[in-house]
Amino acid sequence: MAMAQGTPENGVANGHSHHHVAFWRDERKRGLAAQLVVILAILAFGWYLIANLLANQERLGIPLGLDFLENVAGFQLSFAVLPVTLESPIGRLLVVGGLNTLVAAFFSAIIATFVGLLIGIMRLSHNWLISRIAATYIEIIRNIPLLLQLVFWYGGVLVTLPRPRDSLSAFDLVYLNIKGLFMPRPVPEPGAGIVLIAFVAAIGIAIGVARWARQRQMATGQQFATVPVNFAIVIGLPTFAYLLLGRPIAWDVPQPGAFNFTGGVTILPEMTALIIGLGLSTAAYVAEIVRSGINSVSHGQTEAALALGLKPRWCMRLVILPQALRVMIPPMISQYLNVVKNSTLAGFIGYPDLFSIIGTSQNQTGRAVECVMILMLFYLSVSLIISVIMNWYNKRVMLVER
Amino acid sequence: MSTQSTAANPSVSDEVMIQMVGVNKWYGQFHVLKDIDLTVNTGERIVVCGPSGSGKSTMIRCINRLEEHQKGKIVVDGIELTHDLKHIEKIRREVGMVFQHFNLFPHLTVLENLTLSPIWVKKVPKREAEEVAMHFLERVKIPEQAAKYPGQLSGGQQQRVAIARSLCMNPKVMLFDEPTSALDPEMIKEVLDVMIGLAESGMTMICVTHEMGFARTVANRVIFMDRGEIIEQNEPEEFFNNPTSERTRLFLSQILHH
Amino acid sequence: MTDTTNQGFAPGTRPDLPPPVSESGVIGWLRHNLFSSWWDTLLTLGAIYLIYLIVPPFVTWAFLDATWNFVPEVLSGEKSPQISDCTSGGACWIFVRARFGQFFYGFYPDAERWRVNIVLILLVASIYGLLAERVKNKQPIAWFFFLIFPILAFVLLYGGFGLEVVPTQQWGGFMLTLIISGIGIVFSLPIGILLALGRRSQLPVVHLLCTLFIEFARGVPLITILFMANVMLPLFLPPGVEFNILVRILIGVTLFASAYMAEVIRGGLQALPKGQYEGAMAMGLGYWQMMRLIIMPQALRVAIPSIVNNFISLAQDTTLVAIVGLYDFLNIVRAGSRDSNWIGTEIEGYVFCGVVYWAFCFAMSRYSMHLERKLHTGHKR
Ligand SMILES: Nc1ncnc2c1ncn2[C@@H]1O[C@H](COP(=O)(O)OP(=O)(O)OP(=O)(O)O)[C@@H](O)[C@H]1O
Ligand SMILES: [Mg+2]
Repeated sequence: MAMAQGTPENGVANGHSHHHVAFWRDERKRGLAAQLVVILAILAFGWYLIANLLANQERLGIPLGLDFLENVAGFQLSFAVLPVTLESPIGRLLVVGGLNTLVAAFFSAIIATFVGLLIGIMRLSHNWLISRIAATYIEIIRNIPLLLQLVFWYGGVLVTLPRPRDSLSAFDLVYLNIKGLFMPRPVPEPGAGIVLIAFVAAIGIAIGVARWARQRQMATGQQFATVPVNFAIVIGLPTFAYLLLGRPIAWDVPQPGAFNFTGGVTILPEMTALIIGLGLSTAAYVAEIVRSGINSVSHGQTEAALALGLKPRWCMRLVILPQALRVMIPPMISQYLNVVKNSTLAGFIGYPDLFSIIGTSQNQTGRAVECVMILMLFYLSVSLIISVIMNWYNKRVMLVER
Repeated sequence: MSTQSTAANPSVSDEVMIQMVGVNKWYGQFHVLKDIDLTVNTGERIVVCGPSGSGKSTMIRCINRLEEHQKGKIVVDGIELTHDLKHIEKIRREVGMVFQHFNLFPHLTVLENLTLSPIWVKKVPKREAEEVAMHFLERVKIPEQAAKYPGQLSGGQQQRVAIARSLCMNPKVMLFDEPTSALDPEMIKEVLDVMIGLAESGMTMICVTHEMGFARTVANRVIFMDRGEIIEQNEPEEFFNNPTSERTRLFLSQILHH
Repeated sequence: MTDTTNQGFAPGTRPDLPPPVSESGVIGWLRHNLFSSWWDTLLTLGAIYLIYLIVPPFVTWAFLDATWNFVPEVLSGEKSPQISDCTSGGACWIFVRARFGQFFYGFYPDAERWRVNIVLILLVASIYGLLAERVKNKQPIAWFFFLIFPILAFVLLYGGFGLEVVPTQQWGGFMLTLIISGIGIVFSLPIGILLALGRRSQLPVVHLLCTLFIEFARGVPLITILFMANVMLPLFLPPGVEFNILVRILIGVTLFASAYMAEVIRGGLQALPKGQYEGAMAMGLGYWQMMRLIIMPQALRVAIPSIVNNFISLAQDTTLVAIVGLYDFLNIVRAGSRDSNWIGTEIEGYVFCGVVYWAFCFAMSRYSMHLERKLHTGHKR
């Protein structure tokens, strides 16, 4: 029995070689017992829940299983990354929903990154007014619920846009009205592939130039204006190919129609509101990360770099940023994770993301358990993937200390 | 008071390296530097001492524009410090600085710390910069640490790397702001030895320190500051044995007898 | 070189002078902070232009051109207020005035709203008592707040004991937002403490379970947990047992909040030096005694600013309960501006709601910053 043996230390300390400790006083055994109790309790509770579930499903006549994914959904999506029809099965709609979520999150994250970087730099500015403006932006955004911001953009701002007849337009190419943002769509014609190849090649060349410039600097000390040159290459080469081949890309420009624009690419107001709202909101948090990342590098580092004669620009690039990035990347990644999670608010403004599609499917089929499981699985796997990347990165860039 | 005798030390020339005339500085309403006049000749070794908060750091940090003075004139090697960024850059290239807390770049190896500035500022090829860096690492007696990161070194080693890092830029002047006061006693000596070696090689140095032994053996001149003023300056022998000012005497008695 | 006695001062006698005019006062400040270089000047001018673009139009809309007062017919009771009463071209604040009661109390019957007011007064008073430095003896207040107050508040809000029952379907508005976030934070505290201790436990099973729960709840969006509480939770209850939707949502919110709370408390626990544990164990305290008397009081103190921040996010996240059809503050404002009498007042509604949220959250975040600073200075001593 468990009581038959005391720990050796006890035995020696007490001078009785056969002293027995009651198991509730033996720390290790008490731990084991506690865990056993926890496991049993959880098993019992789980069993109870599952029994209830089965009984309820039986009573309501709802089976368990994923077969419903093959049923015809029978509802339309206002936006879909892949083509869907009324006859598409629910499963396909869920895939599309997942992609819709990721697409919206992707663009929001891009806006968040750039605007956040800008606001963060403004916040650090020596110019008092600029810094105050950035601080005001951050304080307003962070203290107002995201959902309020989204419905504000969607129901407050975008509805004040003009009707199609009075659209705002830029160069008669891009139109903005209450029904969405209309942009020209490139239509490839023969030879367009070459322009694309030229573009890819230009990027390759630019990378090569950057490498070469670096190597040459290391070898001879001469510096090279990599950024403007590469900029010229990446813009210039495809443009040159485009003109040389006689403009092989046509543009499908939106045309004013009877009710709305036809042709071109349309970005629905739902998507616009979601991307803008989510992007601008996350930007405030990104700005704080940028600010605290740069502030986390002690002032002594800047002083030492300046004292060595580095220009402020180089000091930023070679000394401050590499150190600040290490501090910034983990919270940045959790902000990206937040963007994915917060995109579930899309349903409130009519953008068909995974959550709102699942909500509708659950409503139609009554398959609550399966729907919740799929939903959780999706978000958990996104979280898991991102945190695996984060941990890997963190290990890689950790400063070497003794 | 005594005139600086250049004859006493052959390595000191008549050439003026640093000249400060009527320099004043305020932090907000607080008057930190009051009418500082100081001339440093090439090859001179100057030790600055004085009570905490007297403006020693502020004064030497004005020399390479880590702090901006608001009145007066500072000329370094014939270049006047103005708002002109070109001048500031030039001066910073000629003036090396060693900080109390080393301020090594923790994300770079020791060797990279040393070559960063030669490569990016002086546009020296990497190989050459590394050779120079190894030379100076040997001079501060830690060539074997080149591939390590600063976080892996002891305080004394870090400070020696910081000195070597400044030397890699071939400065004409070295500024030291309490280089040994963040170090454990057993590490102070190794850093002071390096500094003494540097002094013997004829480097122009301004050193804020309370290491009076160092001041006696190395300095041509000791400067005592209090409340933003230079109270007294003299050759070390005179300074320690016959301080003229009451405050200097008080200060010396405090740091020498405890 | 001789001693520095220029301008006739003996060494050590120079007076402290004020800085030159161009360096101090308004001029110096402007020069340093707004016009230190031509680029800086450009930025300043750009910023002024930006402010000019945003602020005057907003002020005109929100104040100068706004309609604040009801028309006489409304005051004399001849007609009910509506959007067409707003003719001045600016904000139509009479919408907010007309609906104010609803925004605050939801559909709580007019005659019973005093009960909500009493709860609110008690809440504010006891929170003040708990947090203010002036109040020295916090023990009785804490007992009142954590034991008596919840029961009292429930009876007052819900009814019973002679009070008319107000079903939860009639709760709404700002009051509901406060109830959900308040209950969420209060109940998540003890659960969060247990989870945090469990995650740091030596027992592998306990550690694993707590970690799994915390990571799960933090890995999914709150809205999916609300969805789960709404559609899935009822299926796990024995047939015939039904929970009110508000209770289900509260369970979901509390579990969600407790995962975040656990992480905050774990942070507080990690901030404690190991010596505290060793000291407590050396005194012969058992695990729970050590936690209750030595560790938790310190860890919680460190964690308070983050707990306040958690509360702020929770109050903001509470807006999501609209997904299950509850009328929290935002949702009721939204519903109000969809009323056929008030079509076109959405911006007014959102601005009002935003201002209230902002004031509430901003005040709390400042408070949490203040605590943090106090904590830091306290530690340095
Ligand atoms: N950035 C600043 N803003 C305001 N006051 C400052 C600043 N830096 C220094 N001071 C003040 O200026 C005075 C001189 O500072 P400084 O650092 O030059 O003194 P120090 O002589 O180097 O003292 P220590 O021996 O302690 O290093 C001090 O009273 C200090 O409080
Ligand atoms: Mg100092």
